[in-house]
Amino acid sequence: MHEGRFKKELQGIYAVWWREFKIFQREKSRVVASVVQPLLWLFLFGSGVGASFSVGGVSYRDYIYPGILSMSVLFGSVFFGLYIIWDRKIDVLKAILVAPVSRVSIFFGKVLGGCTDITIQVLILFIFSFLFPSINLWGIPLALLILLITSIALVSLGLAIGSLFESLEGFQLVSTFVVFPLFFLSGALFPVDDRLPVWLQGAVGLNPLTYTVDGVRYALLGLNTFPLYVDIGVIVFFAILMILMGSALFSRMK
Amino acid sequence: MAIIETRALAKTYGKIQAVRGIDLSIEKGEIFGLLGPNGAGKTTTIGMLCTIVRPTSGRASIAGYDIVKEPAEVRRNVGIVFQDLTLDTILTGFENLELHARLYGIPSVIRKARIQEMLELVDLKNRAHDIARTYSGGMRRRLELVRGLLHRPAVLFLDEPTLGLDPQTRARIWDYIKKMAKNEGITVVLTTHYMEEAEHVCDRVGIIDYGRIITLGTPEELKDSLGGYMVVMRVNDPPLDSIQDLPYVSGVKLNDGMVEITMKEAHLHLPDLLSRIRNVESVETRAPTLNDVFIKLTGRDIREEYTEDTGDWIESAVRYRQRGN
Repeated sequence: MHEGRFKKELQGIYAVWWREFKIFQREKSRVVASVVQPLLWLFLFGSGVGASFSVGGVSYRDYIYPGILSMSVLFGSVFFGLYIIWDRKIDVLKAILVAPVSRVSIFFGKVLGGCTDITIQVLILFIFSFLFPSINLWGIPLALLILLITSIALVSLGLAIGSLFESLEGFQLVSTFVVFPLFFLSGALFPVDDRLPVWLQGAVGLNPLTYTVDGVRYALLGLNTFPLYVDIGVIVFFAILMILMGSALFSRMK
Repeated sequence: MAIIETRALAKTYGKIQAVRGIDLSIEKGEIFGLLGPNGAGKTTTIGMLCTIVRPTSGRASIAGYDIVKEPAEVRRNVGIVFQDLTLDTILTGFENLELHARLYGIPSVIRKARIQEMLELVDLKNRAHDIARTYSGGMRRRLELVRGLLHRPAVLFLDEPTLGLDPQTRARIWDYIKKMAKNEGITVVLTTHYMEEAEHVCDRVGIIDYGRIITLGTPEELKDSLGGYMVVMRVNDPPLDSIQDLPYVSGVKLNDGMVEITMKEAHLHLPDLLSRIRNVESVETRAPTLNDVFIKLTGRDIREEYTEDTGDWIESAVRYRQRGN
């Protein structure tokens, strides 16, 4: 009996994931946009600034590659989670919420669905890594692992915030007050060291995304501010916290 | 034991008593209609029975499972078709049913055959692999109907299944509902404010107003309770008192110069009635409707109440269009 219920919950998680993946396959324009935007950052912004700067013996464009990967995960994950507001608004969620599947399983199905989308986007971006001469291709699996854990955390965060909002105005607010600060304070675009003003160092140190960028930069370029175990430790802790918060808020959502 | 049993089921939102104690007993295989104006408590009642809304007090069970203590079992035993359209318009019709089948744990060996069977039931087989946003309103409704049936629930709840559809499509949807109920042998509980339509579909109806069931019975019983047929005459100087005294007349009313007589078995007694009244200019007879029952019990016309408050549906239709483009 107990085992039967567990199996039903797994089927429920799979069903929600299946729906998200179908939608991902159908909305190809979204995938194209989510891949092209980071490439614009790398080649237009990176090459532009890189004409005058290099960091740690690496061209600026190569230097921000890990940061832009992290940015792509950040934006993709949080907005995937926030999309729940839209699902609720057009009522498709209603039919899923009355199924004999627990809220927590629906939450996990959503998280897995989001991570799948993001992982595919990141893999596409990795295809372009041969264009960046300083990138160590053997570091890609480690970088992917770090980005995946980050994605789990950030989709959960998006779902958590999404279950609090009832209208789409929430998108703009979250974009301005959560997503952009996390991005700018992550060291994605600049090195995190003693040259930063103290207030900025503090803010950057408190931002979990900083450790994602640092870990990915270590994996791909061998450059780091913190030891790898600190990076991974912080990200895993952040992910667990977000899963707990997200599943609790999602379960209470009306 | 009845398939649905409720005892003093009630729901209060803050100070508003949406449902004030409902006692119902619905038998297996019945098509039961919950009729009433907007805000009467129909949707809240269905919400409680489907375990979406937690009752404030009272009890209810479906197929023997308590709606508060055993919500998972209740959910497995009920199908729901919401008032708002809840299809995934990015998925195809088939995929919508497949998602539902997976959520309800329908084994993969029978999933496909069951989906095909359901699509056939509502004549959507040849559109099964088109994206649902290309469906007409009636097609979307039909798909939602069979989605609710897919996991073979014991009870199917339909909340205003024909709201927002044109009269022709509405008639077809009712035909499908009757056919489904017969084919699947399930119990159907529906809400509607289209009284005439409910009359033709429901085995039994309960009229709900201000959160209470004010009358309950077969459509015939309720209409008979009005005292039979309505005969409306234009008469010069009508002898109201002597009409009232006739044994087969149950009521006489003067309304706008017309005499409204309620009588039993009009086809037998009308000749006798006419022979007793002189100067009859015109006669019209009309069978009573459930709307007449509603007017008699509440003093209001359900149709008038409804015209004001369709904003909800219009809004959801607009939202639907927005995603569908």
